[in-house]
Amino acid sequence: MSQINRLTGGQIDTDKTYKFTFDGKSYTGHPGDTLASALLANGVRLMGRSFKYHRPRGPLTAGSEEPNALVELRSGARQEPNTRATTAELFDGLVSKSQNRLGSLKFDLLSINDRFSNFLTAGFYYKTFMWPAAFWEKIYEPLIRKAAGLGSLSLQDDPDVYDKGFLHCDLLIIGAGPAGLSAALTAARRGADVILADEDFRMGGRLNSETFAVGDQSGAEWAAATVGELSNMPNVRFMNRTTVIGAFDHGIFGAVERISDHLPTPAEGKPRQVLWRIYTRQSILAAGAIERPIAFENNDRPGIMLASALRTYANRYAVTADKRVAIFTNNDDGHRTAADLHAKGVRIAAVIDVRPDIPRSTDYEVLQGEVIDTKGRLGLTFAEVRLADGSMRTLECGALGVSGGWNPNVHLTCHQRGRPIWNETLAAFVPGGTLPPGMSVAGAANGDLSTAGALRGGAAAAKKALGIKGRLPALPQSEDAPVNITPFWYVQGCSRAWLDQQNDVTVKDIKLSHQEGFRSVEHLKRYTTLGMATDQGKTSNMGGLAIMAEMAGKTIPDVGTTIFRPPYTPTAIAAFAGRSRGAAFHPTRLTPSHKWATEQGAVFVEVGNWLRAQWFPRAGETTWRQSVDREVLATRKSVGICDVTTLGKIDVQGSDAAAFLNKIYCNGFAKLAVGKVRYGLMLREDGIVMDDGTAARLAPDHFVVTTTTANALPVYRHMEFVRQCLFPDMDVQLISTTEGWAQYAVAGPNSRKLLQKIVDVDISNEAFPFMACANITICGGLRTRLFRISFSGELAYEIAVPTAYGDALMRRIMEAGAEFGVTPYGTEALGVLRIEKGHATGNELNGTTTAQNLGMGRMVSKAKDSIGSILSEREGLNRADDLRLVGIKPVDPENPVPAGAHLMDADGPVDASHSQGYVTSACHSPNLGHAIALGFLKDGANRLGERMRLVSPLTGVDVEIEIVSAHFIDPEGERLRA
Amino acid sequence: MIINHPLLGPRDSAEFTYMGDARLIDRPDPQSDTAAQEFFAYGYLRDNPAGWHEELWFHEAGDRSWLVVTRNTLTHEISNVALARDVARSRGRSK
Repeated sequence: MSQINRLTGGQIDTDKTYKFTFDGKSYTGHPGDTLASALLANGVRLMGRSFKYHRPRGPLTAGSEEPNALVELRSGARQEPNTRATTAELFDGLVSKSQNRLGSLKFDLLSINDRFSNFLTAGFYYKTFMWPAAFWEKIYEPLIRKAAGLGSLSLQDDPDVYDKGFLHCDLLIIGAGPAGLSAALTAARRGADVILADEDFRMGGRLNSETFAVGDQSGAEWAAATVGELSNMPNVRFMNRTTVIGAFDHGIFGAVERISDHLPTPAEGKPRQVLWRIYTRQSILAAGAIERPIAFENNDRPGIMLASALRTYANRYAVTADKRVAIFTNNDDGHRTAADLHAKGVRIAAVIDVRPDIPRSTDYEVLQGEVIDTKGRLGLTFAEVRLADGSMRTLECGALGVSGGWNPNVHLTCHQRGRPIWNETLAAFVPGGTLPPGMSVAGAANGDLSTAGALRGGAAAAKKALGIKGRLPALPQSEDAPVNITPFWYVQGCSRAWLDQQNDVTVKDIKLSHQEGFRSVEHLKRYTTLGMATDQGKTSNMGGLAIMAEMAGKTIPDVGTTIFRPPYTPTAIAAFAGRSRGAAFHPTRLTPSHKWATEQGAVFVEVGNWLRAQWFPRAGETTWRQSVDREVLATRKSVGICDVTTLGKIDVQGSDAAAFLNKIYCNGFAKLAVGKVRYGLMLREDGIVMDDGTAARLAPDHFVVTTTTANALPVYRHMEFVRQCLFPDMDVQLISTTEGWAQYAVAGPNSRKLLQKIVDVDISNEAFPFMACANITICGGLRTRLFRISFSGELAYEIAVPTAYGDALMRRIMEAGAEFGVTPYGTEALGVLRIEKGHATGNELNGTTTAQNLGMGRMVSKAKDSIGSILSEREGLNRADDLRLVGIKPVDPENPVPAGAHLMDADGPVDASHSQGYVTSACHSPNLGHAIALGFLKDGANRLGERMRLVSPLTGVDVEIEIVSAHFIDPEGERLRA
Repeated sequence: MIINHPLLGPRDSAEFTYMGDARLIDRPDPQSDTAAQEFFAYGYLRDNPAGWHEELWFHEAGDRSWLVVTRNTLTHEISNVALARDVARSRGRSK
């Protein structure tokens, strides 16, 4: 059996034959085919199963509006579910499978649902799964999840690349049918930069599907010739296989270009798809129109499709769905299908027209009447017709083309709150008055359904968009038939007549939901799921609206449409993600010592976008704790070095620099001497702590401010806000220099001895005391900033050199420190050292913390105004029993004190309302030999020595702890000043 | 959206960070007798207009200017863009 339904002609290349498979069976097709056209050519009408009732289904359409013919395309990692067979371009070796079935496509066990359809009506989920509540988690949810969804995922990583791109043009034309091509010609001949995008792989739109002449050529020939002319113009960018998915604010459009979807695998170096962002001041929507069906009993059998789709398959793909075809129509357009198919040698069983004045034909029978039922389990075999005189006819046919009129494709005109308006002549919605700025609509999308109307409309829209005066250019002669339609939505007396074929919404469901009180169109949609499938109701919504209007005794425009939202057609998540996935999900920032740390075998951790060394394992160490304990002990005993480049650094310069810092920090900076560093606490305007850091005064008008790693950006943004918006005339300039300087903490009792070996100046305690800073040189002339500050609680320095020297400085320090056993330490040891010392960090500055909570309430200067100072005095932030930062240690040194656990009174109840506080940071202290923690405790300053319960019901922890000072090591700070 | 930066011309809004109501420029006088109430209103009380709204945008991936953007929250139409520093000066925030 090979291509039994293939006709002659069409825009396919019959000189070449492609082999492909569907559900494991081999078939042949040709270049230019879609999967659907090739399957139809091979006599395959059954392509899928519906969502709810698992009814056998074939294609309804020949385009992207397809609700039924959804398949899994390709195999292995490239398998893609829910792909429309009507748009999937055939390639040699294509592998496809039907989906949403249990068993084979012909014997789907879940089609039993169809027998229970009386129980599965509108609102089924809402009505059925309400009770008993206990059934939900155990029974209903697993059941629904198993049955839900259509296709399946490969569960493997997508091997292909998706890209993003940006385009700019004078005029974006969406749709390359007669209107779009005419607009493009008019604009491009005037020299405008034009982008012409069409979702199809072949430009020309309906011209490829019709037999009309344009001038002295066929429509398809004219389209090909026009594309040829345009493609020679450098100012035109052709984008076929490109769907404009959304019209966004200010002339920005989203478009997905399917670069490689028509190929077995993408060409070397090519992405699978590109998500374009197109910037344009003017756009023309020439997206055509979509035919709508008529609802009648059992109108969903494979072989029943839109009349225009039958015409597309015949004229463009040289395929008929069957040898005997009937047509059911309420307008003249349906008769065109009969005429075209007849001309191609297909037997027309009859044309059934609901109108009294029907056009007659000498070639085939034309009946006035209605199709009232159909037969054929897996494909149409007979259509039952009730004639106008009441008599019945049974027509033998394997395909039935249905035409209920055309809906202009208004989708993109509504993406910015526009609403379409009703047009009585067309019995359809057309673009409304409020379009996205700069957009005009032309051709069928605008309700001009004739070819001549489209050519005129396109040229006129291009003139308007470019501000071209004068008459329209000469246009070729073409078909200009008026629209003759009698609105007809569904056959009276039908019940299981499908509107939304994918989600199985019938005429009966719409009526039922109306009876149950769902009167708003948005409610109807959600209750019945009409239009909520992957096709978003492109062929079904109008029928639902019409029935709703009838039930409510309103007009269709009074009922209105649901809101159209982007994307226009389903879009792969991968296209939105682009390259931002896996390791490239966000940029990775490396510190200047990264290469060196890698050589040392460091284990890295992500901190924001940074990769920081977490610890440096050495031979023989089997757990991370062994490495961290060693690094901590070595630092406290001799000297350690840690890369602290990631801390935010902001250069503050100007004659008002000190006054500016007085505003930024709650404590005072005006009197800070040159050559000195001060700890600064930064509040938000609401009085909560924003960040902390140090400010070093290098000159009277020059400070260097540090921030925490995580807050480098927000703090800079905040400082610019204060500078530009609150104190616009302060003489102060800010610049972030985080990347400009490599900075290392050198800590431990031997740190001075080590650094003295490389600095060019005296750094004795007298010459360079605690909290000193200076611009110095090292290694015989390299400019360096040296700060005597300590996060670890040891005698310590932070040394900064221009980033380019960072790697060299690390190696130099390691070399110079060899005699002291200098030990590199990572972020884990850094954390242990600061918890031992009782220094707060991000865990403690958690967005609810006040200065008082940290025990720094007195730092908030009353002598000056600073950001947050007024609201920090609020009563609610200043209660006597406020949380205070305390230290916590287990009574039994073997016990843990996990972060996140809550502090409870030793003999009180254990529940959330009796929580006395919580642990913010915890670690094992190798110096003390047991776990330690920092945390916040109500009235903590007055509870030192108290024994409490520390509980974490989540992790099953319940231990006795003692409240101690947060400063576990060197509370007097003698080591810092040594 | 596209924001027409007064110094740099039209820029994609993706380059900016949004903060909110441009009334945040009008920080109350901390010396006022009713400073606490005024700061409370400044910090917490905002209009939420369906329509024109003056708001603060920071050109974080650009020149680091704070801008006052007059935007219609219903249509996203932008009618005016000014440097926040100029707005602050015009509202009397000069020294």
